[in-house]
Amino acid sequence: MFKITIDNILIEVEEGTTILQAARMIGGKVVPPAMCYYTGLKGSGGKCRSCLVKVAKGSAKDPRPMPKLVASCSTPVQDGMVVENTTSAEVQEARKGVVEFLLINHPLDCPVCDQAGECDLQDLSYGFGMEETNTREPRREYPVVDIGPLIKLHMNRCIHCYRCVLAAEQLTKKRAHGMLYRGDTMEISTFIQTAIDNDFSGNMIDVCPVGALTDKTFRFKSRVWFLNPMNAHRECSKCSGKVTAWMFGNEIYRITGRKDQFGEVEEFICNECRFEKKDINDWVIDGPRKIKRQSVISSNHYEELKKGSIIHPIEGTTEPQE
Amino acid sequence: MAALTKRSKVVSNKKMSFWEKIYLPAILGGMWITLGHLFTRKTTVRYPEVTREFSEIYRGKHVLKRDDEGRERCTACGLCAVACPAEAITMIAAERKPGEENLYREEKYASTYEINMLRCIFCGLCEEACPKEAIFLTKEIVKAGYERDTFVYGKDVLLEPLDPLKRIDVSKRQTPEVLEFKKDKNQRHNVQ
Repeated sequence: MFKITIDNILIEVEEGTTILQAARMIGGKVVPPAMCYYTGLKGSGGKCRSCLVKVAKGSAKDPRPMPKLVASCSTPVQDGMVVENTTSAEVQEARKGVVEFLLINHPLDCPVCDQAGECDLQDLSYGFGMEETNTREPRREYPVVDIGPLIKLHMNRCIHCYRCVLAAEQLTKKRAHGMLYRGDTMEISTFIQTAIDNDFSGNMIDVCPVGALTDKTFRFKSRVWFLNPMNAHRECSKCSGKVTAWMFGNEIYRITGRKDQFGEVEEFICNECRFEKKDINDWVIDGPRKIKRQSVISSNHYEELKKGSIIHPIEGTTEPQE
Repeated sequence: MAALTKRSKVVSNKKMSFWEKIYLPAILGGMWITLGHLFTRKTTVRYPEVTREFSEIYRGKHVLKRDDEGRERCTACGLCAVACPAEAITMIAAERKPGEENLYREEKYASTYEINMLRCIFCGLCEEACPKEAIFLTKEIVKAGYERDTFVYGKDVLLEPLDPLKRIDVSKRQTPEVLEFKKDKNQRHNVQ
């Protein structure tokens, strides 16, 4: 077991954990944002640089600080390591730069995009983005492409995180899409628009941190904050059948995997559950999902208020009468 | 007994004199006041022939703006509806088809857009929330009606007319910062 301090909070983790995973065990504001790292996908992480942290002390044996900021998603912890995330001004400044780079080619078409409201890049730019842009150059533009009959690809919005490529490679037997070209002009593509018809290809939508890959059956149907996310399940021969059903009244508008607080799905679900079962009779509704109070999805969703109880009545006052 | 307030008066039971008993001076005095009011300035105006002066930023009926080329600005992003404290706004989005680029500014548009004017409290939060400068409140007032369903205003009522003479000027409602920002044609938002 290694002892590691993140933002002055001491935690004991097992050998081999990364800084990001250790921070997630603490939870709260300490957790660095991650755009490309995905726990369920092997080989993810290290690309977007938004999880940069400062290592003020390398380890108990070698207390020198690391010379540069490190990507917390791919740096394993050392015993006695001291990490600074929110407490370091250098990290915050660097993250601002990272967000600026991620947004260089992003069209910022959130009013049109179906991902708005549950988009990691949106959260990140709210936290660290600038109001203005330094670039004068035109943003790269691609036409909107259908990847198969169920998924729409907006290459303009892509931030090259590779999550979808890894998901396709690791969840399905044969991936039909990948990255073409290099650097700025890099592009997700299927070779000559080969249809992606694997049973688990829909998970590309869930792992995409931005709105580059979106559900074609939900395209422009509604906005996420008008819908109620509900836990639902059904018997499925291909996957666990545990999903989030996004409902409006008694109608199911779309089905996604159950995402945890870090935006990662608990279990990957199959295409039949995701795209074909949109009738309420197909599902057993377990109840509403917990939404973060800060999320726009929680707006206009009313919860019953619980009345607080008075613990220490001040001397000389009487308890309020009903 | 001490008086409860300073304004309390002791009621006298004194007998009325002859002039007080005939009441005529009191009646004439009252009519003189009435006559005087005939010649003072009136507090009402003869609406609708005469209207009062409206503030430049009066919050009345909404308008869904078009851009300079007559394309609808609204993209049905739903931010007005989520900002609305009275939950008066509903909309259904649709995708722009090829060939409709002269009708709608972006690839998504509102196929129906409804504001329930009975719910609306004219707070102006919808125009504050709008990222596309599509919805504004105007000086026009919402007319009274006899049927409740006539108050659900759809796009047929709210949309700005295409006729250049009937376009609605909202530049007074925009802050100097916004007007300054709109001059920067490098921003995609400002490209017509």
